Amino acid sequence: MAIVFQKPKALTDDIFHYCPGCTHGIIHRLVAEVIDELDIEGSTVGVAPVGCAVLAYNYFACDMVEAAHGRAPAVATGLKRAKPENIVFAYQGDGDLAAIGMAETIHAATRGENITVIFVNNAIYGMTGGQMAPTSLPGQITQTTPYGRDVAYSGNPIRVMELISQLDGVALAQRVSVDSVKNVRAAKKAIKRAFENQVKGKGYSIIEVLSACPTNWGLEPNEALRWLRDNMMPYYPLGVYKDTYPEDSN
Amino acid sequence: MSNKVLMKGNEALAEAAILAGCRHFFGYPITPQTELAAYMAKKMPKIGGVYLQAESEVAAINMVLGASSAGVRVMTSSSSPGISLKSEGISYLIGSDLPALIINVQRGGPGLGGIQPGQADYYQATRGIGHGDARLLVFAPSTVQEMVDLVFKAFELGDKYRMPAMILADGMLGQMMEPVELPDAAAATSERKTWATDGHGGKRKKNITNSLYLDPYLLEKTIHERRLRYDELNAGYQMAEEFYTDDADIIVTAYGASARVSRSAVVMAREIGIKAGLLRPISLWPFPASVIQRLSASAKVFLTVEMSMGQMVDDVRLAVNGVKPVDFFGRTGGVIPTPAEILTAIKNLA
Repeated sequence: MAIVFQKPKALTDDIFHYCPGCTHGIIHRLVAEVIDELDIEGSTVGVAPVGCAVLAYNYFACDMVEAAHGRAPAVATGLKRAKPENIVFAYQGDGDLAAIGMAETIHAATRGENITVIFVNNAIYGMTGGQMAPTSLPGQITQTTPYGRDVAYSGNPIRVMELISQLDGVALAQRVSVDSVKNVRAAKKAIKRAFENQVKGKGYSIIEVLSACPTNWGLEPNEALRWLRDNMMPYYPLGVYKDTYPEDSN
Repeated sequence: MSNKVLMKGNEALAEAAILAGCRHFFGYPITPQTELAAYMAKKMPKIGGVYLQAESEVAAINMVLGASSAGVRVMTSSSSPGISLKSEGISYLIGSDLPALIINVQRGGPGLGGIQPGQADYYQATRGIGHGDARLLVFAPSTVQEMVDLVFKAFELGDKYRMPAMILADGMLGQMMEPVELPDAAAATSERKTWATDGHGGKRKKNITNSLYLDPYLLEKTIHERRLRYDELNAGYQMAEEFYTDDADIIVTAYGASARVSRSAVVMAREIGIKAGLLRPISLWPFPASVIQRLSASAKVFLTVEMSMGQMVDDVRLAVNGVKPVDFFGRTGGVIPTPAEILTAIKNLA
């Protein structure tokens, strides 16, 4: 019998702890498929965040480092500067990357640090039970904005791609989504380019992936994907925000 | 072949680290460690090393963590307020069993404090360096030569026991020039660290650097394993220098810059017939309690001298354990005590 579909080699046999309908699993799989296709598992080191993906160090089959909250880009910088021949990626959520770790993110980007960042934006702090994230939408109800996010009081959401694309060191900044088959395929292509850029030594690449959090949004998985499309996509439009080497896209 | 040169303390720390095989430095500007980072910025690019100025002390210590996890000898340097910022990362280094060299060229505090020499970070270094059941190797040089020697020791023990080590210096030692004999470059640093996250290459199981243990029993077991290493260090690596302690009635205990001044005061006391001696801790953690316990049998009284309101004096009291009185004299906020002041404190006990 021919095997037509299987788990990527770059994922271990550990069982994901993610909630039903959470799209972290899809994003993990896409990263792992890219690692397999580029045949780089042996030289790849991943950096896990603090947040829902904190246990990602168990799921990827390459060497892994668990960083302090928000510090993944600095840890990745140390790993890469120590062994420039290795492929280093950071996998971070919105609280980790855009709140506590914004300084590390901006400076790794502006240095043109030759690393790959996978930024999972689900507009909420998932692991701690659904608090307002830097990317929570105006009016969004969370545990810490029980009357809806009032931007006059709690501030505005941060559009990370729009912000980071202004920096000279960025090779690729692209926002994708995993809400549909079509978008999952496009996300995979973007993630692959973000790793290929690093292999070619082209500098900092970041892929923002709009992701669903049915548990903390209080929605069924399919409703959550609809909410993502109806509410997140208008605020966080998909697309390429910076591409320094467009000739490499195909 | 060894090489005798005149060097500033901060520069000697940097050169010693390079000779010990360190090729990665991550830092953030702060006074009074400035010359150390400047030396690295100049030298590292010429020897294939990395000097990277981070966006903050927080980022710098996490870059150190990444590089250490990759298996290289790595360091950072800072001064008191900057060490507070690094303490998060130091706790993660400890929790992840990673070696690294951290230099603290102390100044006065708290808060911004001042930029003159201080010794008020003793508690932080030996008690409160990050949250959790965490210990840090802490060495306190009192000469430029000793700065060089202790950098080698810090890397050696840090690698052996898989934990970070700190050189607790101060602004006076950092700025001071003295002749030093530089050792030969270390040969042992090419040893591959089997636990490093440097890419498994398909040849070994994957390595994970991590300080998270969601199972409390597993976390307790991990801490107990670390504790065994701490016990071994405590038993084998308490370092101290004794000066005129054999027949001393009054034992002055002081480390680093204040030990230099105390030494002069002890000599002055001897000249006027007071039997004073100096016990100078070189390792602050592990603290040389066994030497103090021995001396507490023969001495009549202890006088601890620090450039703080009194921090190490607690460890002296714990070691003396009530057997003899322990007095304290200190200047703080960046003020350096004079030999005459310390002599007065000695005379008051004679």
